[in-house]
Amino acid sequence: MFDRGRTSLLAMALLAGSFSACTPAVYGDGYRDRQNVDLVERGRYLVTLGDCTACHSDPTRADSPFGGGHAVPTPFGKLLAPNITPDPQTGIGKWTAQQFDDAVRRGRMPDGRRLYPAMPYPYFARMSADDVRAMRAYLDTVTPVHHAVVSDQLPFPLSIRAIMMVWNWLYYRPGEWQPRPDRSAAWNRGGYIVEGPGHCGACHTPKSFLGGDKRRHELQGYSLQGWFAPDLTGDPAHGLAAWSLQDIAEYLETGHNRFDAASGPMAEEVEHSSSGMTAPDLAAIATYLKSRESVSKAQTASPANSPVMLAGAAIYRDVCAGCHKIDGSGIPYLIPDLAGSAAVASREATSVLQVILHGAASAATREEPTGPQMPSYAWQLTDAQVAAVATYVRNSWGHATGAVPEPAVKRLRKSSQSRD
Amino acid sequence: MPRRLSHKDVAIVGLGWTGSILANELTDAGLEVMAIERGPWRNTATDYPPNYAQDELRYRIRHELFLRPSQTTFTFRNKMSETALPIRNWGAFMPPNGVGGGGVHWNAETWRFLPSDFVLRTHLTKRYGAHFLPADMTIQDWGVTYAELEPHYDRFEYLCGTCGQAGNLQGKILEGGNPFEGPRSRPYPNPPQTQPFSHTLFAQAARQLGYKPFPQPSGNLSQAYRNPLGVRQGQCSYCGFCEWFGCGNYSKASPQTTILPVLVRKPNFTARDQCEVTRINLDPSGRRATGVTFVDATGQEWEQPADVVLLCAYTIFNVQLLLLSNIGQPYDPLANRGVIGRNFTHQTISDVVSFFDPKKFIFNPFIASGAIGMCIDEFNGDNFDHGPHGFVGGGYMGQVQTNGRPIETTPVPPGTPKWGTKWKQAVKENYLSATKPGTGVHGSMYSYRDVYLDLDPSYKDRFGRPLVRITMDFHENELKQNRFLTDRFAEIFQAMGARQMDKQYRRAPYDIADYQTTHLCGGAIMGTDPKTSALNRYLQSWDVPNLFVIGANAFPQNAGYNPTGTVAALAYWSAEAIRSRYLKSPGPLVQA
Amino acid sequence: MGDGVRRRDVLTGAALALVSGAAARAGVIKGDLPWRPDAVSPPPRVEPGPWQFFTPEELPTIEALADRIIPPDPETPGGKDAGCVVFLDRQLAGAYGSAEGLYDRGPFIQGVEQQGPQSSKTPAQTYRAALQALDQYCRDGGGNGIPRGRRFAELAPNEQDEVLHGLEGGTVHLPGLEAKHFFITLVKDIQDGFFADPIYGGNRDMCAWKMIGFPGARYDYRDWVSRHNERYPLPPVSIGGRAEWTPRQR
Repeated sequence: MFDRGRTSLLAMALLAGSFSACTPAVYGDGYRDRQNVDLVERGRYLVTLGDCTACHSDPTRADSPFGGGHAVPTPFGKLLAPNITPDPQTGIGKWTAQQFDDAVRRGRMPDGRRLYPAMPYPYFARMSADDVRAMRAYLDTVTPVHHAVVSDQLPFPLSIRAIMMVWNWLYYRPGEWQPRPDRSAAWNRGGYIVEGPGHCGACHTPKSFLGGDKRRHELQGYSLQGWFAPDLTGDPAHGLAAWSLQDIAEYLETGHNRFDAASGPMAEEVEHSSSGMTAPDLAAIATYLKSRESVSKAQTASPANSPVMLAGAAIYRDVCAGCHKIDGSGIPYLIPDLAGSAAVASREATSVLQVILHGAASAATREEPTGPQMPSYAWQLTDAQVAAVATYVRNSWGHATGAVPEPAVKRLRKSSQSRD
Repeated sequence: MPRRLSHKDVAIVGLGWTGSILANELTDAGLEVMAIERGPWRNTATDYPPNYAQDELRYRIRHELFLRPSQTTFTFRNKMSETALPIRNWGAFMPPNGVGGGGVHWNAETWRFLPSDFVLRTHLTKRYGAHFLPADMTIQDWGVTYAELEPHYDRFEYLCGTCGQAGNLQGKILEGGNPFEGPRSRPYPNPPQTQPFSHTLFAQAARQLGYKPFPQPSGNLSQAYRNPLGVRQGQCSYCGFCEWFGCGNYSKASPQTTILPVLVRKPNFTARDQCEVTRINLDPSGRRATGVTFVDATGQEWEQPADVVLLCAYTIFNVQLLLLSNIGQPYDPLANRGVIGRNFTHQTISDVVSFFDPKKFIFNPFIASGAIGMCIDEFNGDNFDHGPHGFVGGGYMGQVQTNGRPIETTPVPPGTPKWGTKWKQAVKENYLSATKPGTGVHGSMYSYRDVYLDLDPSYKDRFGRPLVRITMDFHENELKQNRFLTDRFAEIFQAMGARQMDKQYRRAPYDIADYQTTHLCGGAIMGTDPKTSALNRYLQSWDVPNLFVIGANAFPQNAGYNPTGTVAALAYWSAEAIRSRYLKSPGPLVQA
Repeated sequence: MGDGVRRRDVLTGAALALVSGAAARAGVIKGDLPWRPDAVSPPPRVEPGPWQFFTPEELPTIEALADRIIPPDPETPGGKDAGCVVFLDRQLAGAYGSAEGLYDRGPFIQGVEQQGPQSSKTPAQTYRAALQALDQYCRDGGGNGIPRGRRFAELAPNEQDEVLHGLEGGTVHLPGLEAKHFFITLVKDIQDGFFADPIYGGNRDMCAWKMIGFPGARYDYRDWVSRHNERYPLPPVSIGGRAEWTPRQR
């Protein structure tokens, strides 16, 4: 789609051409309708769909939601999410409705600076103007928090926001979601959520080295910060082909289904966002996802009698079977069924290695409050042993994902330990 | 100088079974609840995961999950004439420490007491005459009946997913269950666990002798279960590392696996761990609790004001806090006056270790759970005529062997040297073909005038507070009971085909170094008369109406069963009284 | 939010700011079940290396004792080769040896046996004193025809056993010590080391577990609980694993 030769930073800086979408002035500046309770409730729900709190709320300041200051990781460094409470000095209290819409759907701040796509505006661009207006109406009702956040934390030259001009030119496509008349209402609603406020692709779509979506491989999985967000398409080897509509909806609503448990970043998504979605919306998302077909190249399963598989089988029998059972079937809704687990089936082993090495805490919701946790095995197993048992698990019970290389274990073992 | 925290509706001392049950009930009623736990937070994956929980040295021998005596302990003597000395290392019992309390390490044996247990003095006097009871035996009726507690037993069993076979379903006696049990309103929530070989053989032999064996009611789950709070547990894997150990795969009922996931997430619940409550604070009248004082891990003192205080800190610590806070009149055994500290009891335990032909029997003792077992109840309570025998009380007995852990469970026939070549050979030869039930005879201990708790005059804890002093010895009644029961127990192993048996009768004097379960009871008992009880029938203090003391301290005497089921039933019973009556009209629920 | 680290903090590194010392452990639990990655407390693994407690003087004595309490036989090593002395060395150098966690306030008064041990001596102190006293006893010519001048390790096995029977029976006295009680403790400690998980230094190669047929640190017998009167076929495994866990190199 684009020539890599054009991506040197110097070239980007020389590229002229401002990129600013022209949007008709739809809103009267400064108007607030505080009595429109339906609008506010619709906005609250959309803010839940968008999971704004995941970045814009600081978990150590539970009494001031949306007050910003939370460090958002990116492959390029960390950013601090801004304060989006209505505080006039440090929040967005003074922003006009147009300015809010520009930020959310076009990635532009009132002073003209461009947002980094850590704010998923390329996805929120799919949202309708009305929906964005509703979100603003809700955010207006949030308690103002006086908290100044300096968002700029990236190293030079990435700190020059102007380079976003080029990034946007490469990756940003404006335009609201267009429903397809040949598809059901549920499919369209699901597509709107997945491609828009839900911004699932932000984690689940593979990215180029510039951090832009690889559009040909939408929702086919992406490795970030020690986890692999799985393939959400119907890929029979690596995707959700074995999951029914019910399985997907249950997983999103409760964090658990008969196969799997949401942990890591997805546990947070469930707790803050999808557990608060309506049943029809969850069914719609499932409908949309189930329609995304893809077939990847078949990988060969590691042969059962290879030394690595034999060692992995011994470890599994001795260490893992106590919870996951000898046949990998686990306990529905409590201990993942490794045969049906999306994490196990994934093209990359990152999530499997993450939970083995460092443990994991699964989502806890009203419907499924247990929140079972997986312990850490880093102290007990060597790199070779972790690779062996991960290979065994990923090549048994119908899985064929090839061997897990030892260096991958070594990398992930360190990554969670070296912080600050 | 204590720092003052913001007011809460309820302060709960201790976050074990009773603390968790009460906290969940009262937060459901909309109250702001603060639970203060002396020990650390504990949970499955972070504290006893299934890749190092099965460490016999660490957890069984070095007692890692238990209270360190250096943090606090008790002093002990057999008789009033002796000087009590500190229990420097646990032996006869092991107090827990930490969130979950005893619920983390228990075996999950989940029994109900008999209907006659709750009206014991009345019942025994009626059947045998008052003269049949020893003059210094101080057993009492509880003030609550089995029928009143039945719905609360049921509630606990459904919370835990208890596995069993009902024996008495609304009056109908069912085959395969305990024919002596009080009537239950509905079956157990889960079927019994699968029994291993020796347990099955024991049942067969018991049947041959005319008994009615039944599976021990178990909180180790026979199948996956979702309780009424929505919390899920898995299927027990018979790992053989149950009592003394945390469960690594969510299959043993504990506060962690049944209540805490829901409780901790409630906005009106807060817990503090590693904070030790040092006293209950009273207003100048001495008749109203204003809250508690506790010390955190850094040594800072805090005051937690509250409208209601619940003592849920385990039998002896509940009694200690009452004594240290000057609540209720301390018991004086010589004058036979006072209530705080009286009617303290334990359990009368013995075992029969049996040896079978290794060429014919492979028992695989390492395949077991904590509450596995086939039991008979013919010799419990007043289930048999005591007239000819000259004692009262009894207990269940069963092949309830929970483990084949080699440090603890490598039995050798009596007379085998304790070390050397013969010892080594005997260990090897008998490991797979011996049975060692453990608490095979689980007998009652009734209460006596000279078995009690008070404060030690010389030994102190790390805060300089007096330790609790235990004065306890066996009485002839219990020793007779135990000889009788142990002999009956041995007969069953004989019928099983044992070629040698080691009858390990319980002997006096009571030995603080020999483990006999942690079923300590009494000391702040419930009853109908404030002169002979510390609490009314709702476990409300007679002296301080906004104080409830929930635990086995309430038992006027101990029965021939593990106490947790009854402790939990009392917790639910008290919670219901608080919710439906006390909160609407704070004050004494019973007029003395 | 509880004092446990939130999952997303794994991503951000903000986790470490919360996880520090006592503040993170003893605290307020509210809103979430506390959890953070790598939050486990595994057992300390004994590594081969220099002795941490026993002196060169003491080693022959304690090794000889271990081999009398658990003598070697053609099928199973004795106490020494099973690593029981390594086990005891590390235990005495650690919390067990210093009686950590026990109530150590005075006054120390000897009571009746049912009141439990009341010594102010730690196990480490007791072993030091006892091993020296035992050797001295032997050098002094312990009675019953055992000649003078030899320390315990230099006696013949049957002579050693005789001394131990004397300790056990209360006929051999060691000055300044409760000899009988020491012997009971010694037997227990050596046997603990024999049967404990090999990560603690004893039960080398799980030899004790193999001797009796104990499968070790296994956790799942669901497929075996109904198989009555059948020998369990799988080899034992330690918390530290077994040889089959590591892929064979071609």
